[in-house]
Amino acid sequence: METATAIFLATLAAGTPLVFAALGELVAEKSGVLNLGVEGMMIAGAVLAFLVAAETGVLWLGVLAAVLAGAAMAALFAVVTLSFQANQVAAGLALTIFGIGASAYLGLDYTGVALKGIGPVDIPVLGELPVIGPLLFALDPLVYLSFVMFAAVVWFLYRTKAGLVLRGIGESPASAHAIGYPVIGIRYLAVLFGGAMAGLGGAYLALAYTPLWVEAMTAGRGWIALALVVFGTWRPGRVMLGAYLFGGITIVQFHVQAIGIDLPPQVLSMLPYLATIVVLVLISRHAGMIRINAPASLGMSYHPAA
Amino acid sequence: MIRLEPRPRASKAMRYLSPVIAAALTGVCGVIFSALAGLDPLDTFYAFFIAPIDDRYGLGELGVKAAPLMLIATGLAIGFRSNVWNIGAEGQLTLGAVSGGGLVLLFYDSGSAWLLPGAVVAGAIGGMLWAAIPAILRTRFNTNEILVSLMLNYVALLLLSYLVHGPWRDPEGFNFPESRLFPDSAMLPVILADTRLHLGFLFAVAAVAIGWVFVRRSFIGYQMRVAGLAGGAAEYAGFNRARMIWIGLLAGGAAAGVAGICEAAGPIGQLLPSISPGYGYAAIIVAFVGRLHPIGILLASLLMSLLYLGGEAAQMELGLPSAVTGIFQGVLLFLLLAVDLFVNYRVRFKTTVVEEALS
Repeated sequence: METATAIFLATLAAGTPLVFAALGELVAEKSGVLNLGVEGMMIAGAVLAFLVAAETGVLWLGVLAAVLAGAAMAALFAVVTLSFQANQVAAGLALTIFGIGASAYLGLDYTGVALKGIGPVDIPVLGELPVIGPLLFALDPLVYLSFVMFAAVVWFLYRTKAGLVLRGIGESPASAHAIGYPVIGIRYLAVLFGGAMAGLGGAYLALAYTPLWVEAMTAGRGWIALALVVFGTWRPGRVMLGAYLFGGITIVQFHVQAIGIDLPPQVLSMLPYLATIVVLVLISRHAGMIRINAPASLGMSYHPAA
Repeated sequence: MIRLEPRPRASKAMRYLSPVIAAALTGVCGVIFSALAGLDPLDTFYAFFIAPIDDRYGLGELGVKAAPLMLIATGLAIGFRSNVWNIGAEGQLTLGAVSGGGLVLLFYDSGSAWLLPGAVVAGAIGGMLWAAIPAILRTRFNTNEILVSLMLNYVALLLLSYLVHGPWRDPEGFNFPESRLFPDSAMLPVILADTRLHLGFLFAVAAVAIGWVFVRRSFIGYQMRVAGLAGGAAEYAGFNRARMIWIGLLAGGAAAGVAGICEAAGPIGQLLPSISPGYGYAAIIVAFVGRLHPIGILLASLLMSLLYLGGEAAQMELGLPSAVTGIFQGVLLFLLLAVDLFVNYRVRFKTTVVEEALS
């Protein structure tokens, strides 16, 4: 029971940064913008979260800084792809390369510094309940925030008019423009939201998951988040489930050795990346499912004047 | 009032000028960056970008770093032209080093004259096999090649790490994660005395020439250009999309594989846990900045190589992490993409007739 609880909590923790980043990217992609720079925005969030938290001693300021850093990175991407109509694939790569470089520079003096990270909340009675206490009422605040963000994204996309407009723009920007919606403006907001969420994912890594700064510590999670959006066929619920599935795979690495399977650590570390490829293949085989669910204008530049 | 106006047709001059403008603006960013870091901008600029290449050895180093970039960018450009997005060159490079280096370690004592050519061929095959994974998944299962090729970068690095920590570790290497030093017969000869410039540079130049012939003179090269410019037209003409995906990915894989073994059998001389400072990613930028054109790629690879040399100088003199190079690589690509707006648009300062009438 103890072990099961531990595995559940570890899976949740490993999945949470992916939940943030993938939900953010989902919203951006729903508006028709493919931002491949998630890895870069995430690492920017991670480094600024750590830096600000270490300097001020206030963890929440670190989280705020990460949100702003992610959004600022996304703003760069938005200017280049939305206002300047650049190729989204190339701009996303530039963002990732830039983010990894800039974070290594900013984090130089903080490498190896440890921080007292964000711990679980302390709810008096509920937290002490047997079994469900630790599982539901003693998680850290950012995990609860990820649940809230999930509900907010679902509600926004499928229950509000603004969400409908955003999805409409993702399907056909020209029609949305003809009706009179500000296509570029709404895409800007969607991309900025994606950046802020990627920043949050980075903050979770640097302040809660492993509260220390290591160069390139996101280790491809931004790319996995991108894959999760495809895997979840652009539906928030499936994306969230996918994130926890990957959290689970990350955790498996640590438990495989414990049960006596002797694999080299490098082989175990390959698991999340190989699993990403496998799930992508499984989902892409159903070409129809991808075609029905993917926003029709995904990755294409649009400018009303053109 | 300043406003943007679509050009009646894309400006050819701007197409060629915009990489130059982007490079110049990146230089300006470098000056601002060093000023912010409290350094004298001009001294810093000189120390990082002029001093490293003001002698024969330095020029050799410029070629040493430009070679893999040129080679890989040429291979990638073939795919990029037809919208095949191989961003797994870093992994393909690693697999090239693994398979070529594996051959060298296997026939370590043979002393055969065929060892080096064999290793280069094995490197190319290794890179192609690694690139064949996204190709087959794309053509058979419609799986996104961007994500698959990228994921394989991490897998390749872990594979190399496993090999040099485990089975291929030098038994006399004091437990360092390194293979044995390659024998002289497996090392690429130096082609310019008193430098480290090796035969791989000529491979790269040859690749640029082959790339040019392929794109400009072959029918499939023509088809791939059409597919990149107008996908619908290519489909209507019945051009075989699967074949383009295969060629695009395999060309990049082969080039990256050769670059990988050339690093291992050139400047490095053995297998280490990391054999590339991100050449596979930087080459993507080189391909874009070079406009996917052979001559452009040649020039852009020299520019990118200079960025690497500047980064190394910064590392040694200021203790900055090598990743700092990435900042300028990213900025360069960003600026290029931004300046490219003016290929299709021009700035007008005058008001239009309508606005005049309204005012």
